[in-house]
Amino acid sequence: MSDEATAQSDALDAEGAIEADPPASAYGVPVTNERDQQVLFPDRDNYIATIEALKADGFVSAVDLCGVDNLTRAHRSLPAGVAPERFEVVVSLLAHEPPRRTRVRVQVPESDPTIATLFDLYPGTENLERETWDMFGIVFENHPDPSRILMPPDWQGHPLRKDFAVGTVPVQFKGASAPR
Amino acid sequence: MARIPGVGETAEIAEKGLGGLEHNFLTAKLETLVNWSRARSLMPATFGLACCAIEMMATGGPHYDLARFGMEAFRASPRQADVMIVAGRVSQKMAPVLRQIYDQMMEPKWVISMGVCASTGGMFNNYALVQGVDQIVPVDVYAPGCPPGPETLLHAIVTLHKMIETDELVDRRRINGGGAGIVVEQRDGQTASKVVLTR
Amino acid sequence: MTLLDDTTAASTDERVTRRGDDSAVLRIDEANVAMVETVDIDPNADTPMIVNMGPVHPSTHGVLRLVLEMQGEQVLRSKPVIGYLHTGMEKTGEQLSFMQGPTNVTRMDYASPLFNELVFSLATEELLGIEVPPRAQWIRTLMCELNRISSHMLFQATNGMDVGAVSMMLYGNRLREETLRILEKITGLRMNHNYIRPGGVAADLHDGWQEDIGGLLDLLPPLIDEFDELLTGQPIFQERLQGVGAINSAECLALGVTGPILRGSGYAWDLRRDMPYLKYDELDFDVIVGTYGDCFDRYAVRLAEARESIRIVGQCIDKMPPGDYRLQDKKVTPPPRARIDESMEALIHHFKIFTEGFKVPEGEVYVAVESPRGELGCYMVSDGGAHPYRMHIRAPSFVNLQTMPHMMNEALVADVVAIISSVDPVLGEVDR
Repeated sequence: MSDEATAQSDALDAEGAIEADPPASAYGVPVTNERDQQVLFPDRDNYIATIEALKADGFVSAVDLCGVDNLTRAHRSLPAGVAPERFEVVVSLLAHEPPRRTRVRVQVPESDPTIATLFDLYPGTENLERETWDMFGIVFENHPDPSRILMPPDWQGHPLRKDFAVGTVPVQFKGASAPR
Repeated sequence: MARIPGVGETAEIAEKGLGGLEHNFLTAKLETLVNWSRARSLMPATFGLACCAIEMMATGGPHYDLARFGMEAFRASPRQADVMIVAGRVSQKMAPVLRQIYDQMMEPKWVISMGVCASTGGMFNNYALVQGVDQIVPVDVYAPGCPPGPETLLHAIVTLHKMIETDELVDRRRINGGGAGIVVEQRDGQTASKVVLTR
Repeated sequence: MTLLDDTTAASTDERVTRRGDDSAVLRIDEANVAMVETVDIDPNADTPMIVNMGPVHPSTHGVLRLVLEMQGEQVLRSKPVIGYLHTGMEKTGEQLSFMQGPTNVTRMDYASPLFNELVFSLATEELLGIEVPPRAQWIRTLMCELNRISSHMLFQATNGMDVGAVSMMLYGNRLREETLRILEKITGLRMNHNYIRPGGVAADLHDGWQEDIGGLLDLLPPLIDEFDELLTGQPIFQERLQGVGAINSAECLALGVTGPILRGSGYAWDLRRDMPYLKYDELDFDVIVGTYGDCFDRYAVRLAEARESIRIVGQCIDKMPPGDYRLQDKKVTPPPRARIDESMEALIHHFKIFTEGFKVPEGEVYVAVESPRGELGCYMVSDGGAHPYRMHIRAPSFVNLQTMPHMMNEALVADVVAIISSVDPVLGEVDR
């Protein structure tokens, strides 16, 4: 509770600072202003705390959650203090009063592609997290239904990874038996 | 005056020709009659998948009026259907379902592949789609377009009717045994089950 | 009926945050469903049984599959199983250039293709840092609202059919055909237009477009009023939908639901009004909200939104400025057709822009618009090349689908069809 309170007060300080001078942090994590859109960069340890603080701050719904595979993009621009990793989980949050958006980008390493689930904060991310697991192989710890959502359940591989071939695969066919 | 039971008076027939018959009748090959009646009472199975399904619905709608071709009764059960209109892209996950529905349909049965996605995979040349529904089921008519307009679908339907009437399809089935006859082998990165598509 | 009586439950989202067996979501593995079916069930025993519905079922709106846990006629838990139309569009989107991108995304939500093109184009333009001319923005607004009408009419057709009013199929399709005729005249295609592109729109409005669209606006209102006569006041239709599939706004917000479902629950949130894009801040329209959040409210919201769209289209005709229909930035827009005939450079330019595309500065952006189904978002990452590095579409139907188990909880099996229909999912968008 006290962590949350300090995170919030940090946030208020930082938000005040954004207008004066492009600052380093908001909600206690690095922040950038990409094309007039606020982007927060927590690491995996303070990911949930950051989202909690944002939720307390009026961001009522998590409209989007998706993964990004930066396999060929190791030298992308990130704020100081954020180490680039292969995967990113990107969460878009929406506040209604006043209407504003923010985005949270978390770096997830290839060696240990796990991250906490947002289900308890925003149950609407259930499908989106399942999709991210299906497409990128990022495991959401403690997710209520960690199963594939778009691909067949026995599919091997995660199609949206950059090292998964785009091209056609032969038709796979199973289950239905011939009539005789 | 002789009277032939069920046909009529002979004198009247001699005088009026066919008009003198008690009942009119016509002669034809039985095959032709069967094909003619089959072509005119096709019942499509609903197999709407994607964008094309919307155009298929529009074809059944008031403006294009599929009822003109005796096809307005879309059957929900494959057991009651003769023709499957595969309307839209067929994904890897859908392929077994599609084949199962095809297998459940009674002979004689026909398939229209509607749209480029069903015919060839279309613009989506990727991991997710079956690149042409003819890999799973034998296709009789391909309707081009993305999506094909209702006119194109009607054209495909009329083409199918003609093919049914000329017996072309029955002959073809007789030759190749009626199945798709396609064997697909397992490659890397896919599901563990060995895939064989044949009847 | 439950929610109408129970006012205390109206503001909590407790129902949707459960994760155990008491949740309305049947979190069963797809592979296990087949196993469950093989278990011998004594038909006389009073045990719940698992019932499969779909993916090919006449009333599941495309290839949606539902796994229902039934206790007699009553649904206990359920789970929508999707992916039967997964097309890999996000992967394909990484292979196509920004120029070719709209062709891909327009096939996602095939009931409202112009919105997908719009959100892709807006994201690309945001990354490029360009702003399209006013006329292009007005044309986009006009076209999107026409598309919203046709999409909502398609809903009326399918919704009517699903609850047993089969003739609504004819009424809804008739209105849709009238709208599509205009869209075809302007864009060249009935669906999947690829009309809105980065930098503007593909072509200017044709001569006499005011008369064409004006004629449509005269034609539509009396036809939409027919829905009121045939459905809204009809006791059978009301019985079928009122109190069925109720969901409150707190649950909607927790589930990230947007669009007519959220507005039907009485929460006025419309991106067109609250976070305006294009020219919506200069237009006068109402945000329609419901009261009870049941199937009937969702039906009524969509019908009223079609009327609002007619108002907006009328204003677009009046306010349409002269000017260019696309940006004259040679980096982004191809040269006009006439120039290609006379200039070698223009020909080369045209060839290069369609084969290689244009380079987009490095960065990432999230843009959202209000589609007929809710917030349609596009998260786009560019690595500085001519292709998106990552293109993710936040599909409203995909998120809205999560409401189904909660709406169906303790509903009768006959209501399941009405509930699916009222969510109005477009499976092309759900599975992408």
